[in-house]
Amino acid sequence: MATQSIQPSQGVRKKVGLSEAAKRTERIAWLFLAPTIVVVLAVAAYPLFSTIYATFFEAKLGSAKAWEYVGISNYTRLLSNSGWWEAVWNTIRFTLGSVFFELVLGLGIAVVVNSKFPGRGLMRTSMLVPWAIPTAVSSQMWKWMYHDVFGVVNDFFTRIIPILPQKIAWVASDATALPALVAVDVWKTTPFMALLLLAGLQLIPADVYEAASVDGATGWRQFMTITLPLLRPAIVVALIFRTLDSLRVFDIIWIMTSGAFRTESMATFNQRQLIQFQKLGYGSTVSVAIFVVIGIFVVFYMTTIFKEEV
Amino acid sequence: MNRRILVLLSVLMVAMLALTACPGSSSTPADSGSSDTASSGGDAASSGDAASTEGTKITAVMGSTIREGEQAAIDYCIEQTGLEVEVVNGPESATDRIAQYLQFFGAQSSDVDVLMIDVIWPGILAEHLIDLSPYVDNPDDYFQRIIQNNTVDGALVGIPWFTDAGLLYYRTDLLEKYGYDAPPTTWSELQEMATKIQEGERADNPDFWGFVWQGNAYEGLTCDALEWQVSNGGGEIVEADGTISINNEYAAAAFDQAAGWVDTISPPGVVSYQEEDARGVWQAGNAAFMRNWPYAYSLGNADDSAIKGNLAVVPLPKGDGPDARNADTLGGWQMAVSKYSEHPEAAGQFAACIAGKDAQKLLAIGDSKLPTIGSLYEDAEVLDKNPFFSQLFDVFNGGAVARPSTVTSDKYNEVSTIYFTEVNKVLTGAQTGQQAVESIESQLQDLLQ
Repeated sequence: MATQSIQPSQGVRKKVGLSEAAKRTERIAWLFLAPTIVVVLAVAAYPLFSTIYATFFEAKLGSAKAWEYVGISNYTRLLSNSGWWEAVWNTIRFTLGSVFFELVLGLGIAVVVNSKFPGRGLMRTSMLVPWAIPTAVSSQMWKWMYHDVFGVVNDFFTRIIPILPQKIAWVASDATALPALVAVDVWKTTPFMALLLLAGLQLIPADVYEAASVDGATGWRQFMTITLPLLRPAIVVALIFRTLDSLRVFDIIWIMTSGAFRTESMATFNQRQLIQFQKLGYGSTVSVAIFVVIGIFVVFYMTTIFKEEV
Repeated sequence: MNRRILVLLSVLMVAMLALTACPGSSSTPADSGSSDTASSGGDAASSGDAASTEGTKITAVMGSTIREGEQAAIDYCIEQTGLEVEVVNGPESATDRIAQYLQFFGAQSSDVDVLMIDVIWPGILAEHLIDLSPYVDNPDDYFQRIIQNNTVDGALVGIPWFTDAGLLYYRTDLLEKYGYDAPPTTWSELQEMATKIQEGERADNPDFWGFVWQGNAYEGLTCDALEWQVSNGGGEIVEADGTISINNEYAAAAFDQAAGWVDTISPPGVVSYQEEDARGVWQAGNAAFMRNWPYAYSLGNADDSAIKGNLAVVPLPKGDGPDARNADTLGGWQMAVSKYSEHPEAAGQFAACIAGKDAQKLLAIGDSKLPTIGSLYEDAEVLDKNPFFSQLFDVFNGGAVARPSTVTSDKYNEVSTIYFTEVNKVLTGAQTGQQAVESIESQLQDLLQ
């Protein structure tokens, strides 16, 4: 990163006066950065603050009616809404479940496709197929696969490997709906996880392993003492990406269960309030609350894992 | 240290982008579909009124894909009105479509003049639409139930264009095989016939079920459950005068009866079924009865259908109570004109033409869309193409029931969500029908007070 090139001593001398050349470099740097800053302000900061502003009003989406100032009542209403807390809890369960399995499976796949075997290139490409299918399409596909009469999942478990006594309506009960959704998310996003981890694996120099082999370390020992520690930065990045992504889960749930059977997520709850019920103020409050929940996860990752890292 | 802050900032930025990208970032209609401009020839035969607007350019948001009949209707009306009409394809999903309309209206955009709206939207969108009654010469020709539905505070905000209604599909071959000479007229009869046929068919086909319908917690369940309760004399949730009538024994009993079908004559997964899930079971020959919309008729008779030629439709059964009647929930689309249009007169003429009798006939012949004008159900050319239309006239004329969207106006989506959420809980056995009607009543009182 750019900041790494600045020597510590320069920070002290900065006030005293940079050389003309350094000043010019700094001006040019700002010049180059300006378009980015403008774009970020326009597409991120402005919508964020207008969303926060809207939380203090009662307003109807798509209506010309005047906004009515209501103070913090949108927040108190949201915090006392049991539906919201259920959505938060469902989302967290979904996130923990999917990120855990994605990490375990993704790591396994990454290690496999990192080793040399014939057809490795083909393997690396084909494993990305689930990830490349649009989520809306794969959700509908899985919904039909889970179907209790003509679904292939039931057919598999009752006819080909008969471990179920009868067909199960997977997405139609509290007990199985969320795990079924997690399975779809894991199927879809594990390739992405594996790709991120594969990139990390390729950064580990081969001579470390050679040295370990010479010292007589077994494959498992090498994995535990070399691969995992050196892969840690990549794992952390992958975890953060996937956690933040999972916390926003919308399309899988919207298509497969519409939020019934204890699968309402924060994002589907938000869509209902903001778009379907046209509650601009209350819906914005939900958006801000989601932002806060995601923020808590970010701070958690930063203060625990990243602290040791840097 | 610096690096940590940078990483923190960039992660925050990702989170921020992720959050802000969520709502309200949908594209303009021009992005979401192709658009094509069709202009009229100068020789258009136009009525006296049209002369003043001849050549005016208007924009109309139509179906997501324009099929043969719709194209014929558009061409016909361009010729009739002498307007230049830019046709924009709207989103396929109704939820996406209304989100987009609300963005237009929120910005008071004049980019759109004519638009097609769902039967449940007049109340939600009325404040943005003009009164079209001056453009409709013969309002009595239309089904009055839909005209009433589209009239908000005395203004006709949408002209009925084509319609839809819940129907009972049945297998003619199976009814005959089990000795029934007519389809069921009451829910109890349906239950009895479904049970018997299912028992018999299970011998060869373990996947066979008696009756499939839509039980998922979504708008479709509001349609199904409204049919159950109205057909049992249980009222229409919120009556036209605003009375909340849901808390009554007939509605409660109707929900309990439906809950009794789950895992007996209907598959356990029916509580998560939407239209296509039900049709999948039905069209593979795995069900004796199905509740669905008219679209499933032509698909069921297609060459790849396992039940081709062995199906028929009738109005849905009624209950056994004193006020029992046939009830089929209305769907369908209306033509409306935006209040922010720069050419309301030209737009009004176009809307009236495209929803008029001649254009509806083209739509019925070309796309099998159900007309909203009664006399078209007796039209020989229409019936020749769609023989099943003759069975549907009674449905629209008498049995059709509208969802309480006009009376509850912009709160309708919330009313419907409360309703289908509670009814779904009855179907899954989480509560009784009585608990549901009480819960719906108290939530509606809070909402609509």
